[in-house]
Amino acid sequence: MTRIVEVRGLRKTFDGRHQQVEALRGIDLATAEGEYLVLLGPSGCGKTTLLRTIAGLEQPTQGEVLIGGNVVNELPPRIRQVAMVFQSYALYPHKTVRANIVFPLKAQRMDRDAREKKARWAADLLGISHLLHRKPRELSGGERQRVALARAMVREPAVFLLDEPLSNLDAKLRASARDELKRFQQRIGTTTIYVTHDQAEAMGLGDRIAVMDAGRVRQLGHPREVYDDPADTFVATFIGSPPMNLVRRDGVLVGFRPEHLLPAEVVRERAVEIPFVVDRIEYLSGDRHVYGTVTTLGEATRVIARLPSTVATPLTAGETADFTVATDRLRFFAPETGDRTDAVPLAWSRS
Amino acid sequence: MTQAPTATRPSAAPATGRRRRLGDREGPLAWLFLLPAVVYVVALVGVPFVLAIGFAFSDVSAGDPSYDWAGLDAYRRAFDDPVFWQALRNTLVFTGVSMVLIVLFGKVLANILIADFRGKWLVRFLVLLPWTTPVALSTVSWLWLLDSIFSPIDWILRQVGLLEGNMYWLGRPTLATASVIAVHVWRLVPLAAVIMMAGLIAIPRDIDEAARVDGAGFWRRMFEVTIPLTMPLIAVAALFGAIFTFTDMAVVYVLTRGGPTNSTQVLASWAFVRGIEGGDVAQGAAIALFLFPLLLAAAVLILRAVRRMQVM
Ligand SMILES: Nc1ncnc2c1ncn2[C@@H]1O[C@H](COP(=O)(O)OP(=O)(O)OP(=O)(O)O)[C@@H](O)[C@H]1O
Ligand SMILES: [Mg+2]
Repeated sequence: MTRIVEVRGLRKTFDGRHQQVEALRGIDLATAEGEYLVLLGPSGCGKTTLLRTIAGLEQPTQGEVLIGGNVVNELPPRIRQVAMVFQSYALYPHKTVRANIVFPLKAQRMDRDAREKKARWAADLLGISHLLHRKPRELSGGERQRVALARAMVREPAVFLLDEPLSNLDAKLRASARDELKRFQQRIGTTTIYVTHDQAEAMGLGDRIAVMDAGRVRQLGHPREVYDDPADTFVATFIGSPPMNLVRRDGVLVGFRPEHLLPAEVVRERAVEIPFVVDRIEYLSGDRHVYGTVTTLGEATRVIARLPSTVATPLTAGETADFTVATDRLRFFAPETGDRTDAVPLAWSRS
Repeated sequence: MTQAPTATRPSAAPATGRRRRLGDREGPLAWLFLLPAVVYVVALVGVPFVLAIGFAFSDVSAGDPSYDWAGLDAYRRAFDDPVFWQALRNTLVFTGVSMVLIVLFGKVLANILIADFRGKWLVRFLVLLPWTTPVALSTVSWLWLLDSIFSPIDWILRQVGLLEGNMYWLGRPTLATASVIAVHVWRLVPLAAVIMMAGLIAIPRDIDEAARVDGAGFWRRMFEVTIPLTMPLIAVAALFGAIFTFTDMAVVYVLTRGGPTNSTQVLASWAFVRGIEGGDVAQGAAIALFLFPLLLAAAVLILRAVRRMQVM
C-alpha cells in the first residue's frame, strides 16, 4: 500500500493573544492510494488546521507531514502537488471561469494548447463547458463548486484536499453534489481527504472515516466500523442520529443504537429484555422515534428507540412496552474514560 | 416610542400626539451637520475659484485693482512668454514621473506595511510621517539636506569616497529637477501606500492561499492576483499622487523658486511669480486655471474607470 499522504505525531499550537490554542494534539494518519478519507468532527476540532498543515499553508509545531513518502515540512505549498478546494471556493473573482481553471497550469508553465485541452476536459467532465466565459460572481453556488473542483483536478495532483466544499449549498443541492463528487472521484481515482462536520456526508462518501475531537483522532475506520463499533462514547454519540443510547450499570456504560431497541416480538436473536416506558412518539420520514425511559437495565435513563415503518407494533404514550436489544448489538464503555471495554454478561432471554 | 399608553388602553390608536424630536427628523438634521462643511468649502474653495475665473478674463493687476473685462488678453500675455511653456512642460514631466514613482514605491511600501513582523507599528508610524508634516515645513528640511555647501547627502557621499567637492543639488537644472521630483515622491508615497494597503487588506486571505496551493510563486501572485484585485485603489492612489503633485507649488517655491533659470518652474509657482510677485493678477489667474479643465476631465475619467472595473 503506498501512502500518498501521511502525518506523524502532528501537533499545532497557535499563539493567541491571550492564550495558546492547541488545535492539533498529536495526529497520526495515513491515506491509501486512491482512497477517499473523510475527516469528521465537531466545529473547532482542528479539521481545517490539519488540512491546511498538509497543504503547507500552516507550519506544524511538531511532527511530520509526508507526501508520496517524502517529508515535506519545509516545502512551500506550490511544490507539494496538492490541490485544495476551499470552503469558500476561493475562485479568482477577476478571472473568467476558463482563466480560473487554467491558472494552476499556467503556473506549471504548460503551453497554451495543452492548457486549453485540459480545461475543456475538466469542464466537460463537470458539466460547466457553457460557463467558461463567465466570471465567478455570475455563477450559482453549485456551479462555483464545480469550477473550484475543475481548477483542482486539471493539475492531476497527488491528493485532493476538500474543506467542507458542500457546506454552502442548500440541502437538496448538497445531496446531488455529494453524489456527483463521489462518482467523480471514483472516475479519476485520486486520493482525497475530505473535511466535513456532516456525518451523513462522511458516511456516504468515505472509504474510511477519521472521527476527530479536540485535536485528536478518536477513531479511524470504515464507515460501518465507526458506526457499529465506536471506539469510545464520543464517537458513539457523535455519529448516528439520534445518537447511541448509553445506560449506566454497575461501573459500565451499556450502549445500543436506537434502531436496535425494538419491540420484543420482532427480535429473533438472543436479546436482553428491556421494559420501556413510552413517553412520546415522533413520526419522521416513515420511522417512529419513540422517546421514553428504561429502568431495569441500569440507572433509569431516557433513551430513544427508532422503529422502522415495517414494525407495526401499537404503542401508546404513558404505557410500558416490552422492548429488547439483541445481545450482539450491545456495546460497553468504561464510564471514566469513555473507551470501549469487554462485554459484560447481562440477563438474557430467547424470544 | 414607549409601549405604555397602548398597553393600558389596547383599543386606543397609536400615540400620534407626541412631537417628533429633532433627532428623528433626518432632513433638517442632515443640513445642520453639513452646514459647517458647506460654509468652509464655499468660503475657501468656491469663492476663490470663481474669483480666479473672473480675474483670468480681466485686466486686474496689483497697480489697478478695478475690474474690466479683457477677454483672452491675459492668456495671450501668458502664452507669449516662453517661461509659461517651460513651466507647462515641467509640470507635466514632474507629474508624470512622480505619479509613476509614487505608485511604484507606494506599492512596495504597502506590501511592507501589511507584512507581519515585530515593531510593525513603529514602522507604520514612521512611514506616515512625511505625509502628516506640512509640505512647507518638510520641504525646508529638504532644502537643508540639499544645501549647496552643507548638504549632509554630499557629506555622506564624500565620506564614502564617491564624491569630491559638492553636488550643488539645486544649482544644476537636471539635479534640481530630480530633487523636486524626489521630494514630491517622498511626501506622497505614504499616502499612496496607505491607500493601496487598504486594497491589499481587503483581498480575502483564501484567494491568496488558493494561488499558493495552485503553484503560483510570488511574482505570479503579485501580477495575476494581487494587482488586478487592487487595481481600483492603485488608480485612486495614482490620481491622488498626480493631483497633489500637479497643484503643489510649495515644494518648488521653497526648494528652488523655480530656478535655476526657470528649469524647475511649474504652472503653480509660475502663476504665483506672475500674479502675486509680479502683480499681474489676471495673468496669474489665467496660468493657474490653464490646466484645470484637463485635470478635471482626467480625474472624472479615472474615477469612472475605477467604478466600472468592479473586480470583486
Ligand atoms: N490562526 C489561528 N489562530 C488561533 N487559533 C486558531 C487559528 N486557526 C484555528 N484556530 C483554533 O484552532 C482550533 C481548530 O480550528 P479549525 O479551523 O481547524 O477547526 P475546524 O475543525 O475546521 O472547525 P469548523 O468545522 O468550524 O470549520 C479552533 O479552536 C480555532 O479556534
Ligand atoms: Mg473548518
